Amino acid sequence: MAPRIVQIIASVLIGTFVILPLLAVWRQAEGTNSLGPADWSALRFTILQASLSAVLSCVLAVPLARALSRARFFGRDLIIKLLGAPFILPVIVAILGLIAVFGHNGWINLGLKSLGLGGFSIYGLHGILLAHIFFNLPLATRLILLGWETIPKERLRLSQSLAFTPVSRFCLIEWPMLKTVIPSALVVIFVICLSSFTVALALGGGPKSTTLELAIYQAFRFEFDFEKAAILGLMQMCLSLAAAYLALVFALTDQLGIGLDRNIHFGSLPIWQNIVDGVVIMLALMFLGLPLFLVLVNGLSSIASLPLPIWMAALRSVLIALGATALCLLIALSLLSRSGEVLATLGIAVSPLVLGTGLFLMARPFVNPFEISLAVTLLVNTLMALPFAVRILRPEMIQINANFNRLSLALGMSRLGWVRWVVWPRLRRPLGFAAGLTAALSIGDLGVIALFGDAERATLPLKLYQLMGSYRMEQAAGCASLLLLLSFGFFWIFDMWGRRNA
Amino acid sequence: MLEMQNLLLHQDGFKLLACVPYLGPKIYAVMGPSGAGKSTLLLALAGFMPLESGALYWQGQEITACRPAERPMAMLFQDNNLFPHLTAERNVALAVTQRKAVSLQTRKNIQTALARVGLGGLGSSKPGQLSGGQQSRVALARVLLQDKPILLLDEPFNALGPALKNDMLDLLQSLAQERQALVLMVTHNPQDALRIAQETLVVSDGTVSPPMPTAQLLAEPPSALAAYLGNNATRR
Repeated sequence: MAPRIVQIIASVLIGTFVILPLLAVWRQAEGTNSLGPADWSALRFTILQASLSAVLSCVLAVPLARALSRARFFGRDLIIKLLGAPFILPVIVAILGLIAVFGHNGWINLGLKSLGLGGFSIYGLHGILLAHIFFNLPLATRLILLGWETIPKERLRLSQSLAFTPVSRFCLIEWPMLKTVIPSALVVIFVICLSSFTVALALGGGPKSTTLELAIYQAFRFEFDFEKAAILGLMQMCLSLAAAYLALVFALTDQLGIGLDRNIHFGSLPIWQNIVDGVVIMLALMFLGLPLFLVLVNGLSSIASLPLPIWMAALRSVLIALGATALCLLIALSLLSRSGEVLATLGIAVSPLVLGTGLFLMARPFVNPFEISLAVTLLVNTLMALPFAVRILRPEMIQINANFNRLSLALGMSRLGWVRWVVWPRLRRPLGFAAGLTAALSIGDLGVIALFGDAERATLPLKLYQLMGSYRMEQAAGCASLLLLLSFGFFWIFDMWGRRNA
Repeated sequence: MLEMQNLLLHQDGFKLLACVPYLGPKIYAVMGPSGAGKSTLLLALAGFMPLESGALYWQGQEITACRPAERPMAMLFQDNNLFPHLTAERNVALAVTQRKAVSLQTRKNIQTALARVGLGGLGSSKPGQLSGGQQSRVALARVLLQDKPILLLDEPFNALGPALKNDMLDLLQSLAQERQALVLMVTHNPQDALRIAQETLVVSDGTVSPPMPTAQLLAEPPSALAAYLGNNATRR
């Protein structure tokens, strides 16, 4: 669609902002050989928590997906749609909610104490796993649900007419499907959890539960040991590349796909199975909904009384998000080709934190890196969202070209006419969706900004993290509610804009 | 008149030679086995495919190098003849203008064209709100407004039921006669060919044969066509 020169400029731009920072990290790491046992243990812990998170999310997702695929009740479609919501949910907000439920003074621990049982701590490995399951159980459920929908209806009817027992139905129909779906779900979640920085930052720490990214952050922020940060960054880079390769091998179906609302008919189920399904769905809803509910209940009322610095941070976050959205869509629109998609995926193969480290090292000789922290955040957010934007827009663009290119040639449409009458109206809807995702992702991101944000240049998620660190829980809840409203609000506005008249 | 002078088409190892000295303002059917290159021929004539060699003449002028919109041809494809997000009126209007504002005269012409195909009053509907037959009519209305002397049809009415299709064929025939247009219509149904095309071109074995009277051709089909049609196909 875009002229060749624009494509080239966009490609060079991305190449520059992904490759150069990596080279900077590489050069910084060169010649030093200070990998201590702590660094190796960070690597081991990173892989351990990602593997466990993936396995647990998938294991729990199977009964949930099964229940959702066959249960019929009011609100089922809404629940399935909401399973896509964690994608744009600010991680730090969810963590605050999880602390409200599972934390030291949370409902669960208070309940256990009142029963005279010992409480448990949300910090450390099980906290990290809890948060990762919170975010990835819905994703795994959607992926597996998609698998259930691909079972041909005829096969289900056949199982009914042959009067399969539940066991033989599982062995002959459901298990073969699960065998093809679960590996790709496992890999996706594993990859996501490898570089999930915010969760580790808020719930990890200490020698026993430090991930690579958290170690980079600590080396950077507290030890000012850039060599060490660079070496850790290099390790994270290799890990990401290996994971990206894994993900390619287990190529997966579209995880953002909408339209999972087909209901599966297994015939009439015995009553106890309906009850089990209901309980599974209720438990999942409570696990996923209660934390957010508590954040809003504790925080909504105190939004109005938030102090000025927090509003300033919110303004910064909004501006960054709008900038990142504009930039991301601009680049995405000029990269709607096969090679462009590969190039855009670079941003996801490289962890944002490593990218931030590289940009910091690059900028250091010229400016005080802390002064450009907001610009760097904007840039990294753009690169993070780019693969999603390209993947949302490209299928529609391919469709437009396939369906209407000849007709527009036959009508002698000018380039402008083509954009105005064909591309714009047809691309508007995915454009709105992509813009919404980018804005929401960017507003809730707590990554690079944690590396080199300071008080005057904090974004809203960083402010929230600082409030949580100093146990100002009431303000934190207000701040979290505001962040939640902003990220979902922006997603909603952009998405609505795309749907209007579509 | 249209002249195909040794047109050689080449696509994925598939070759088609067309040498047809004269096609006048009539309706011609284009028949032949599946995959013989009927659609390819039309796409090449309309300028969507480069020629390997040969030349195409219209009224004695060479048009081989012209772009699709510059050729004296309008084409109806198998599908995607309309933009689904635009109203019928706008779809038709795109034949003459890409501006948002449409002149009064053009608007009148659009109304006339829509009325001529039997869609008066449906101009503000989008294709999704129209039936299959009505969608074909909108496309025909646009072709009317494009006002080209040659019309290429790549089975655009295929998805319609028999009665609707016959309606469309009859409408097409009267429009073509009114305007003295040259129509090339791909079809695999001998009844369609017999209904409106006096002459038929056969595409088979890598060549396009010159037109033959349809009735005669179907009564004594050459072997390749006979195999494709089957024994009972032409029995009425």
